[in-house]
Amino acid sequence: MSGKYHIDVEPEPARFAPVSKLNHIELNRCLGCLQCARRDCIYDVFTDRKFLPRELVDSANRLCKACMRCVQECRNRILIKALNPEYLELGNAYWTPEIITSLWNQAATGKIPVSGAGYEGPFSGEGFDDMWTDMSEIVRPTRDGIHGREYINTAIDIGRKPGRLHFKDGQLLDELPPIVSSPLPILLDLPPAARRWSAVKQAVLHAARQLKLLVFDDAPQSPDEHVFARYAPETDVGPDCPHRLFEFCLESAEPEIVRRLAARIRTLSRRRPDAIIGVAVPLEPRTQEAVLHFVDQGISVLRVYADRNGREFSKSYPRFIKEAVRAIHLALVQTGRRDCVTLLAGGGIAMAEHVAKLIACGADGAVMDEALLAALECRICRQCAAECPVALESMDAAWGAQRITNLLGAWHSQLIEVLGAMGLREIRRLRGEIGRVMFFKDLEKECFAPIFGKRKD
Amino acid sequence: MNQIQTMPSRFRNPIGKFTVHRAENCAQCGKCAAVCPHGVHAKGGDKMLRPRSHLCAGLACARAADGCVLQCPARALSVEINPVFQALGDYRWTGDLILSTWHQAATGQLPYMEMENDCGASGGGLDRIRILLPEKTSGISPDQVDLRLNLNRRGDGRPEVVIDLPIYGGGMSFGSISQNTMAARARNAEAWNTFTCTGEGGYPEALYPYDRHVITQVATGLFGVREETIQRVRMVEFKYAQGAKPGLGGHLLGDKVTAAVARMRESVAGNALFSPFPFHSVYSIEDHKKHVDWIKHVNPRALVSAKVSTPADVEMVAVGSYYAGAHVIHLDGSYGGTGAAPEIAKKNIAMPIDYAINKTHRFLAQEGIREKIVLIASGGLRTVHDIFKAIALGADGVVIGTAEIVALECLRCKNCESGRGCSRGIASTDPELAALFTADWAFQRLYNLYASFAAQLRGLLAACGLTRVTELTGRTDLLTHLDYQREQK
Repeated sequence: MSGKYHIDVEPEPARFAPVSKLNHIELNRCLGCLQCARRDCIYDVFTDRKFLPRELVDSANRLCKACMRCVQECRNRILIKALNPEYLELGNAYWTPEIITSLWNQAATGKIPVSGAGYEGPFSGEGFDDMWTDMSEIVRPTRDGIHGREYINTAIDIGRKPGRLHFKDGQLLDELPPIVSSPLPILLDLPPAARRWSAVKQAVLHAARQLKLLVFDDAPQSPDEHVFARYAPETDVGPDCPHRLFEFCLESAEPEIVRRLAARIRTLSRRRPDAIIGVAVPLEPRTQEAVLHFVDQGISVLRVYADRNGREFSKSYPRFIKEAVRAIHLALVQTGRRDCVTLLAGGGIAMAEHVAKLIACGADGAVMDEALLAALECRICRQCAAECPVALESMDAAWGAQRITNLLGAWHSQLIEVLGAMGLREIRRLRGEIGRVMFFKDLEKECFAPIFGKRKD
Repeated sequence: MNQIQTMPSRFRNPIGKFTVHRAENCAQCGKCAAVCPHGVHAKGGDKMLRPRSHLCAGLACARAADGCVLQCPARALSVEINPVFQALGDYRWTGDLILSTWHQAATGQLPYMEMENDCGASGGGLDRIRILLPEKTSGISPDQVDLRLNLNRRGDGRPEVVIDLPIYGGGMSFGSISQNTMAARARNAEAWNTFTCTGEGGYPEALYPYDRHVITQVATGLFGVREETIQRVRMVEFKYAQGAKPGLGGHLLGDKVTAAVARMRESVAGNALFSPFPFHSVYSIEDHKKHVDWIKHVNPRALVSAKVSTPADVEMVAVGSYYAGAHVIHLDGSYGGTGAAPEIAKKNIAMPIDYAINKTHRFLAQEGIREKIVLIASGGLRTVHDIFKAIALGADGVVIGTAEIVALECLRCKNCESGRGCSRGIASTDPELAALFTADWAFQRLYNLYASFAAQLRGLLAACGLTRVTELTGRTDLLTHLDYQREQK
């Protein structure tokens, strides 16, 4: 095994004042006692504050830790902390203000979010919030979490894995299919609207190179070992395609299109035994069938993608990405084909825990997209066509690469935390391992149904 | 003799739920002072003083026909929700629960203000469970209710340790909290004849007078664990895991390792301290038994508690602990307090205590050992309603931690882990910050909170026709869940 995978992070502050949860308000009538500035604030908010002329804001909001001592000790009661309406309007119901600001912090510091006091969020919720990861109390191998001496491996392999190997006189007879390793179960992809900004693209590519990760990109001219080149399905890709790693990205799982593409790739892959050829399929009700067909035709890397909030592209009852992936995973397992394919999934991956939960539901790896933009201070306003409030078009690529590196560093550490608590030493063993997670529905049924009867919903 | 005494906020400007504004056209007539039953309005000389908004009972009172707003001849008064209040709290500990706990700590009574004192707003688990109070009065007076709990049911020749309330204080180490906070908790434990716990950080001398009411913790870092401290106490707790960070061990950041903390922990000031996970000497129940035997040998009169968090197989762990010889199995659910934990752990790892209690209770009963072991629950229990629900789900008693800290005016800003620690001086060993309040003030606040809890618990039990808290264990028929349709019996 090569050395321990480690991501070097270094602080990379924001260009714009992050939107803070609370606004600092001072009424007129200050007595000038400066008690707040001289003594009360242990975070030196009042001595370090500045007016930021570019954004017309006071940095007190950003420095404040909301302990409220100044509010409670001001001699003339002129200090108020109030909820910032701009904060409440960040993102949407899925990309919540908490998630977005946490991503900003991780990108700025590279540190995993740590805090005192207990958990403050809802009991459970939709999407990834209706599951918990398990831990193991006493009987388990030793892992000291991220502080440990033992190596917890987060690498995955992408490509075809032969079902068995044939040997003769100690010599391997088989030609091994091509495979690439990713040290994290995370592949990078920019949301379509952001692909036109070259600095953003450069930042993602630069971070991918540093971290030895793969990034999806609309098939560039020259090959790059870190690029998973994306082609439209109808593109006439011949055996002289410069890329070793490429995919055809479908916009629908329509059976006829699927059949034709599968047949073409089958031919192509015979002439390009060195290449890893994948297919991307949007998640919709027909996707499972499409995936099974592609696998039957020998296609070994499949990426399914949900919408930006992790939902299927379906008008009626769109499933969440983890349910759709779990169904595909189970269908592959039941038909004995699971190990013939690398299953990647993306759309709505907004937190490190989503990666672990998606893998527990059956994916081999997760595709990170909009979260990359959040690392670059994106406010998930989704108005990319209009003027970007954080001027992504003019950001510095090196700055962006460090921010993305920091976010991935924080996610890597968090993955190790949950794997450590689960007693797993490699993420590959988490795939489809729903015995290591608990679902809201199951716990309600097991623990509450015997007491309270039937659940109303 | 200890008794409830009003112990107001130590800050100049208390935070209330409402804010009362007096406009400049006030005629200084004093009518509002006459109509307000809560002392919000008062006259100083011939001028009205600034309204004491934190005493306001709420919009309904103020805007009633006989309330201050309509009674004011000049229409100079207005009452709104305080924007600072709206900035307080979260789904678990709502602004209402924080202010309600502050009020109880100040007065020993539930607040008279319009606020929700019983539940949080997490939308699941205990927050969706309600207590079914019988419509008929039971005829039992709250004074008759016996809240005592015996912590040794093994009949193993060790002393029976009876506490007067089914509530004791959770482990918080010296280092994570200040010595004043610790001493006040211990004095309160003595006043109520119950326990507090040292956590994993040694046994400061300030606790020696309260030895009989201190549980000392043996955790994976073995910080501050000495034979002498184990011999001081009536109960020793093994901390296998902590609900807020199950499977991850403990972590005290370097900034909080002051000289005094380092001395207590036999470490070096300024260096971060890790408690590894798990106990590297315990990989099986047999190993756990060796641990228990070790403590029992060092202190032949002590009871042993095993504090574990809540994996999917928590009930098996509980049974194992019983056979290893523990007197108490303490389940710490994932939403409890902490000095520092990764958000990903607090949110995701292990099962909410809401599920674990009844699961464990039922399994221990099936195994025929429920009567032999004491089941204690903790991890996000905030109010008397939470405590009642936890016991009705199957616990014998509960451990509270955050509620005690909130009584000392914590508002859960969550910065306890970093720098000098808590700016309010509760969770800090910084000499200047730790001196922000006295142990006397803190003791009285805790005493008042416990008084309010005890009175409410007695009231609820009496209303349900129960004379002993031990009769409540497992009485799930006294609970209902808002999202369930209970079958008609």
